[in-house]
Amino acid sequence: MRSLQLPKSPKVIVGLVLLGIFVVLTIIGPWIAPYNPNAVNFIPNLTPSWQHWLGTTLLGQDVLSQLLVGCRETMVVGFIAGIAATIISVVVGLAAGYIGGRTDEGLSLLSNVFLAIPGLPLLIVINSYLPSGEQANPLIIGLVISLTGWAWGARVLRAQTMSLRERDFVEAARIIGESRWRIMFSEIGPNLLPILAASLLFTILYSVGVFTTLAFLGLTSLSTWNWGTMLYWAQTNNAALANEWWWVAPPGIAIALVGTSLALINFGIDEFINPRLRAGGMTARQRRKVGVARRPRLGFTPVRRDAGLVASRRATEGGAR
Amino acid sequence: MRVFLRRIGIYAFTAWVTVTVNFILPRLMPGNPIEQLIGKLQGRVTPQEIEAIKLQYGQGLNQPIVVQYYHYLDQLVHGNLGVSISAGGPVSGILSSHVWYTIGLIGVSAMVSFLIGTALGVIFGWTRGSRADSLIPVATFLQSTPYYFLGLVFVMIFASRLHWFPLMGAYAPGLTPGFHWDFISSALRYGQLPLLSIVLSSLAGWLLGMRNMMVTIIGEDFVLMAVAKGLPRRRVIWHAARNAVLPSIANLALTIGLLVSGSLLVEQAFNYPGVGILLLNAVGNLDYPLLQGIFLLITFTVLSANFLADTLYYVLDPRTRTAKAH
Repeated sequence: MRSLQLPKSPKVIVGLVLLGIFVVLTIIGPWIAPYNPNAVNFIPNLTPSWQHWLGTTLLGQDVLSQLLVGCRETMVVGFIAGIAATIISVVVGLAAGYIGGRTDEGLSLLSNVFLAIPGLPLLIVINSYLPSGEQANPLIIGLVISLTGWAWGARVLRAQTMSLRERDFVEAARIIGESRWRIMFSEIGPNLLPILAASLLFTILYSVGVFTTLAFLGLTSLSTWNWGTMLYWAQTNNAALANEWWWVAPPGIAIALVGTSLALINFGIDEFINPRLRAGGMTARQRRKVGVARRPRLGFTPVRRDAGLVASRRATEGGAR
Repeated sequence: MRVFLRRIGIYAFTAWVTVTVNFILPRLMPGNPIEQLIGKLQGRVTPQEIEAIKLQYGQGLNQPIVVQYYHYLDQLVHGNLGVSISAGGPVSGILSSHVWYTIGLIGVSAMVSFLIGTALGVIFGWTRGSRADSLIPVATFLQSTPYYFLGLVFVMIFASRLHWFPLMGAYAPGLTPGFHWDFISSALRYGQLPLLSIVLSSLAGWLLGMRNMMVTIIGEDFVLMAVAKGLPRRRVIWHAARNAVLPSIANLALTIGLLVSGSLLVEQAFNYPGVGILLLNAVGNLDYPLLQGIFLLITFTVLSANFLADTLYYVLDPRTRTAKAH
């Protein structure tokens, strides 16, 4: 298995740097917050100033502190839900694609059902039946989110597994008598990595979005802070109608930036899987350096020469592409 | 045809699962939510209403669950979704007075954003590597913006500060909803800003997907062939775009659910009296019959939309008619 070499396009680098910043904030956010996010002892509705970089809320709370403290819950729930959902989709997708037959029929039907039922209304319904103690627990909510978010990944992984199953190297492994589990996880598994990574990013994106949405609706605990809860309070106190942009904008922009960083990294994975997209990710100078025309000619795939070498080597070894 | 029948089967099964989940959830959830609800309602509503809720959820009747299930299905087939706890009337009546706002809003915005996004995606894909590519990160940012957040920002800028659009609601206060010009023109005016925020935040997804497919398709031999034949550029782009749009349509099924979920929330930002606001009120009031009715309504709408999208795909792509059923 070759290591997953992302094309080093500016998009991917910006995405990785952005995500890195948010991961660091997840860890140190609550420590570097200047004030207690719950403290209501400031003058209400201050515009941004040196004392309060992002101003204060109608209740006299420091917006920056809420943003920094809220980062942790938002990211942790998003990542846990995303990872849990991806684990489900790997198990379902691999089993359906590799075992085939009745197993495939059943599992595909299951993922089709979960794909078709809209996730958010289902989550709202499930959430409203949860005992009130558990409604407040972000981890429970994260796990419920993962139950609604695995089907897309499972479908993509199943399709790729089915195409890999027919390749020679899998056939060879079967002939030398490797066990079914070993073939699934050691032979096919590594070749699914790019698609798995894309599906993980997509699911984390989905989970962060859904979690902040539930929080925005006031359906999660209101005693802890996340970006959705911040928007909930802003909306409840009519911050948008009162033009309090410093209160409304930061949490929403933060959610959008986390999403953007994941999507930008995903571009890199797309370019890795599909070389035709690659030239689009380069700046003019990079394109000149690797010898790709600015406007690639029709019918010719604008593949970077170095990347082309890697790809052809991989192809001869029966690897990912 | 087999593929098509198979899809119908999957949707019928999904519909059955939804209906059954709706039946099972309140009965099997830990902590017995119905008992808790009845406890909370004591003194707030009349004893008859409590009896009605008990009857609907099979509390204290000692009926086997199969019999309860049969009654539930029977009521459902006759369009009886129960009685709303918070509003008093039958759930189906409440739904039918709110659903048109949502259908209008989501239907129009979904079509507008699909058309504009796909068209822009074709242009961006054809001019790949040009300066237009620098707009991709902007599109990504828009795509990652929650619909409701964009709604809040638009309310703040265009309604509250610039006064270009009305602040909230679906029509001017004082008008009676009905089929007359005053109401229709007012509803059209009030719908503009919610529409704009849904279109702008969902457009980028179509754009990026279409661009990537376009870039991939342009590398195919048949596009080169079309150029070699000397077809005018417009025709070549048309040839490529027709093929590139297929995955977008195949993905419609996944996207419709997300679009509907996102749009329901935009109603919250604009206080737009559609199903989304109704859903939130139902959650806030622990109005389980209304909540379940809305869930069924949304799911069935999404399922029918998915089915239409699948049918469209089946009509547009002849390969699906001969391919193996997968």
